Amino acid sequence: MAERMGFFTDTSVCIGCKACEVACKEWNRVPDDGFVFRATSYDNTGALGANTWRHVAFIEPDRPVTGDGLDGWLMASDVCKHCTEAGCLDVCPTGALFRTEFGTVVVQADVCNGCGYCVPACPFGVIDRREGDGRAFKCTLCYDRLRGGLEPACAKACPTDSIQFGPLDELRERAEARLDRLHREGRSNARLYGEDPGDGVGGAGAFFLLLDEPEVYGLPPDPVVPTRDLPRMWRWAAAAAATLATVTTLAVLGRR
Amino acid sequence: MAECHPVGFQWVMEAKARGATVFHIDPRYTRTSAMADVHLPIRAGSDIVLLGALINHVLSGGHEFREYVLTYTNAAHLVSEDFRDTEDLDGLFSGFDPDGRTYDPASWAYAHRSDAPPPGEVGGASGAGRGREHAETAEAETYGSGGAAADAAPATDPTLTHPRCVFQVLKRHFARYTPELVERACGIPRAEFARLADTIVACSGRDRTTAWVYSVGWTQHTAGAQFIRAAAILQLLLGNIGRPGGGILALRGHASIQGSTDIPTLFNILPGYLPMPHAGRHEDLDAYLASAGPDTGFWGRKRAYLVSLLKAWWGEHATAGNDFCFGHLPRLTGDHGHYATVLGQIDGTVKGYFVIGENPAVGSSGGRAQRFGLANLDWLVVRDLTLVETATFWKDGPEIATGEMRTEEIGTEVFFLPAASHVEKEGTFTNTQRLLQWREKAVDPPGDCRSDLWFFYHLGKRVKARMTGDEIDRPVRELAWDYPEEGPHAEPSAAAVLREIGGIGPDGRALDSYTELRDDGSTRCGCWIYCGCYAGEVNRPARREPRGGADPWIAPDWGWAWPANRRILYNRASADPDGRPWSPAKALVWWDAAAGRWTGRDVPDCEPDKPPGHRPPSGARAEQALSGTDPFIMQADGKGWLYAPFGLADGPLPTHYEPHESPVANPLYGVQANPARVVYPRPDSPYNPPRSPRFPYVLTTYRLTEHHTAGGMSRPLPYLAELQPELFCEVSPELAAERGLVNGGWATIVTSRTAIEARVLVTERMRPLRIEGRTVHQVGLPYHWGWGGDGLVTGDVANDLLPLALDPNVYIQESKAATCDIIPGRRPAGPALRELVRRYREDGDG
Amino acid sequence: MVRAFVGSCPGMSRRDQPPGGGGRPDGRPGGRIRRWPVLRQLLGEDPRAEAARSARTDALRPRTADADHVARSVCPYCAVGCGQLVYVRDGRVTQIEGDPDSPISRGRLCPKGAASRQLVTRPTRRTRVLYRRPYGTEWETLDLETAMDMIADRVVATRRQTWQETDAEGRVLRRTLGIASLGGATLDNEENYLMKKLYTALGAIQIENQARI
Repeated sequence: MAERMGFFTDTSVCIGCKACEVACKEWNRVPDDGFVFRATSYDNTGALGANTWRHVAFIEPDRPVTGDGLDGWLMASDVCKHCTEAGCLDVCPTGALFRTEFGTVVVQADVCNGCGYCVPACPFGVIDRREGDGRAFKCTLCYDRLRGGLEPACAKACPTDSIQFGPLDELRERAEARLDRLHREGRSNARLYGEDPGDGVGGAGAFFLLLDEPEVYGLPPDPVVPTRDLPRMWRWAAAAAATLATVTTLAVLGRR
Repeated sequence: MAECHPVGFQWVMEAKARGATVFHIDPRYTRTSAMADVHLPIRAGSDIVLLGALINHVLSGGHEFREYVLTYTNAAHLVSEDFRDTEDLDGLFSGFDPDGRTYDPASWAYAHRSDAPPPGEVGGASGAGRGREHAETAEAETYGSGGAAADAAPATDPTLTHPRCVFQVLKRHFARYTPELVERACGIPRAEFARLADTIVACSGRDRTTAWVYSVGWTQHTAGAQFIRAAAILQLLLGNIGRPGGGILALRGHASIQGSTDIPTLFNILPGYLPMPHAGRHEDLDAYLASAGPDTGFWGRKRAYLVSLLKAWWGEHATAGNDFCFGHLPRLTGDHGHYATVLGQIDGTVKGYFVIGENPAVGSSGGRAQRFGLANLDWLVVRDLTLVETATFWKDGPEIATGEMRTEEIGTEVFFLPAASHVEKEGTFTNTQRLLQWREKAVDPPGDCRSDLWFFYHLGKRVKARMTGDEIDRPVRELAWDYPEEGPHAEPSAAAVLREIGGIGPDGRALDSYTELRDDGSTRCGCWIYCGCYAGEVNRPARREPRGGADPWIAPDWGWAWPANRRILYNRASADPDGRPWSPAKALVWWDAAAGRWTGRDVPDCEPDKPPGHRPPSGARAEQALSGTDPFIMQADGKGWLYAPFGLADGPLPTHYEPHESPVANPLYGVQANPARVVYPRPDSPYNPPRSPRFPYVLTTYRLTEHHTAGGMSRPLPYLAELQPELFCEVSPELAAERGLVNGGWATIVTSRTAIEARVLVTERMRPLRIEGRTVHQVGLPYHWGWGGDGLVTGDVANDLLPLALDPNVYIQESKAATCDIIPGRRPAGPALRELVRRYREDGDG
Repeated sequence: MVRAFVGSCPGMSRRDQPPGGGGRPDGRPGGRIRRWPVLRQLLGEDPRAEAARSARTDALRPRTADADHVARSVCPYCAVGCGQLVYVRDGRVTQIEGDPDSPISRGRLCPKGAASRQLVTRPTRRTRVLYRRPYGTEWETLDLETAMDMIADRVVATRRQTWQETDAEGRVLRRTLGIASLGGATLDNEENYLMKKLYTALGAIQIENQARI
């Protein structure tokens, strides 16, 4: 397997331009998400879903902004986390979801039968079924581009390099360095999110530098994959099935 | 900048990562503010107070870059004894004619040196009436390249202590622009001002530079040109012009808006900022040249520039014997700008109108006047990618809804011609840094879509074929209009047109440089500042060395910058008077004594072999009149102008005036607003009275990154339309409480022009300001929506709210600061809308 | 910063590059039977390691790789002048994205620039001439050549009707105020040049564009 690739989204340099949302839709031919004014700051696409694979959240200041420009208006581009332990993939009964040679998690639209099991299995609420189509869609980390040696469309477009793409280990190092710098500059609220392999999803393939609590951005503070114990459960189930099969066989044989 | 030029903003982020401090000055806290170190909220239209206070801070603290100021600016020049400042006349400069609302600038001149020959006529005319003519033809803009004609050798005081030297005049003029005044007039607390002032002083000088970046937040005011002048004065005092990391950078909002100024589709200039001739004053070529800018500095070659242009246009018909067809040029008689044209449509003088890739029915101030003008035309041609509102006003415009217009009573004949997109034709854009970039054609345009090059070329051919032997047809008959045609649609060759623009020599070869242009008719050049863009028969704007070649910061091999592929203008100032870089960190060009030439990373912006110690002989002309220490080579005296003795319609120095519509009194002078501003007081151009309690709030308009201008290129696109689907207004929680506005609900915004409705966004990012001891609220409105235009999303037209009040130098409208009322709920529809506005106007007048 | 990610994945040898066909990227023995979930469960394999890679998935590659040619262009929105690469296949624009060689933009685009393929290829784009006759209530269709002739006729006639040779004081004007024009800030230099040249020869002076507005 090749080196694991991922995203590091540094929200401290996100200017909220939404180039990522558009570049993603252009490349992946994702339909628009409707034309609804949400009166939620500058966010009118709402959340990640079948038709929005990159989503820029805007968090308005809750107090009058002061002369100090920093941290007054938070912007962050959210995306599928490409979890190490991916609930969506675990529960997919058709094999439509698979882990690629880049360590990313991708839905195959030609295999998906629209059962929707994956939707509640995602602790981040990322994957979703497309209305009128029924199948599940989400970020592929531009699997087709990666196979051709290109970086994902969102990361390429991002004007300020808020979205960085690369080998996950390298991104983690870069993120630590950035975090150190922000802390040295007195921005003590800065933190990494999703980079820890010990977290409830085994670490994310797409992680973030946030400037406030995850909840502020609408992210779960402590996401846990609902299928965390699945391999063990699978083995228990398999053993039970084997036992049952053996007993049945013996029983059948015994009747002879 | 993050909002409207996000990809350019990456370089600000890069600078910040390297330790730059970023200040963002804006009425609103925007996406740019969120990335800045400091956001300074400012009352819209009060910028000269802030900039003036920074100038005062520099001057009173002795923070100026003395050596730079002394040698490279006009600080030492003495001003005429007749000059009176706004400090003396309560807001007026000397020479004001209250009847004509114009200035005679004679008294602003430099004091003439007693031992020098008398200066020629200033600008070719003198005395009363010159100011009015000047104002009426927006001639100030014609000095963009040339600088105004002025005495090249005035009396000076190198000690900068003479009371009438520019330096002292400046000190007195700005003495009352204090941090206290900034707090009172702009709403910026003193401590925050101090942080700004201390930072720019600390970040200027030999080793460091400060850059100012602006957009239409500075230009779209009734004193917009003076906003820029104020920044120029500050930057000259701090030594930040002509040096890497310095400058005053205009961020322009359209792909080739710089190009459309250089090669102007503008009424008052010809290509290369040569002025259009004026009736009566410019009867022949000599009379024109006598007043078309100075004879010293590089502008002194203006005859070669104009004659080469006339040769490009009228070819073999242009000869020395007929003034090179100078007589073929039409003459101006005053204001022929966009808004005057619209009023001309209403009044019936304008019969036919071409609208090419614009949407004035939505994008221009006072949209109602625009549409009443369109409805009174004989014929209208609209060329666009989209069926914009300007093409459909007769069918679905707001005045149809109010019952003021009826489709079957509108006589305008309308042609809509679909345009080719940027990938369906080849040609050059000139970007905001003067860089020409050639685009390759990717595919053929679909259906009837054609390039504008195709349209105007083939229209020209048809018009020429219809010409008669009449004398009035001669300029068209004789027009050189012969370009190679390519492909199934007979597309004219854009490369051939670019080559003509770039200049062709007597041997038929493309010219290398504008210094090769001749005034004898032997050279042809469509735009002298673009001369050399096809040098060596190479399409230089098409050059694409990855990252611009060996030096990625200068990037000399990517595209081509005018003039002469020079990336930083006036870069002689990056070296000290002796020709050495001010500091190694800021080295750009320098004098190589051994080689006897200027050299460096950029193309030196001076004569390459003129040594720093060179002093010009008396009576020298053109560039030969410049010394080796004159960096501002287009100016008559080679100096950066702290004080403009001529060339501006509203004064030699920036002065704070309130916007035409303002809720507060001018805190400095009895004169409330720019006395020379252009207004059109007539029933179809109404105004809110100043300080009207009926219109108590400041209104400011702007763009969002998700859309483009009037929306023609963004509202029809699903991926952009979904990002900002509705017109909204931004208000503070305090204003929302005061007016009962609810986040997500509706508001109606009212001015004397009309009322529009918008969704409400209540945000802490809008800060109420304390101005003169009371709270002033600002209402923010993006202006991308219209009622149709093939838009997937529609909305009321924000520009309909704005007045027709213009800067007198450049005729740009004041769309960044007006007054309004805001009330909860949707606006009335139909005739009731006009009734609402009528009531407001009656109350306002009362 | 991984910008120059062209040709191969960093940290990935050529051998590791996934094959174009239906093989398996991890080199383990294949076979439909081994992919059967129940068998994998019995074998205790982590089902997350390998799912049913469809033939379509195995064939995936960026559509830009199939372009017939790539045009080097410039974004048509603001004046920053970001470089664009326009990918064309079978005469259609299949993708527009940033040009990494540009020293201005380094391959990046804003949302408008990123949407510019949609600007060019959207199905609702107008591609036919429309005509509204005076006092008409609906659009009509018109042949492009006919429209060009009609416009030329109107230019010539209006120019004649509104020609001003001199003013009341006898000063030479040689112009018409009957024809005006607005536009140019999104046009090419070559287009603005021909516009100004033709209009000036016609004597039309009210020539303006967005630079004023």
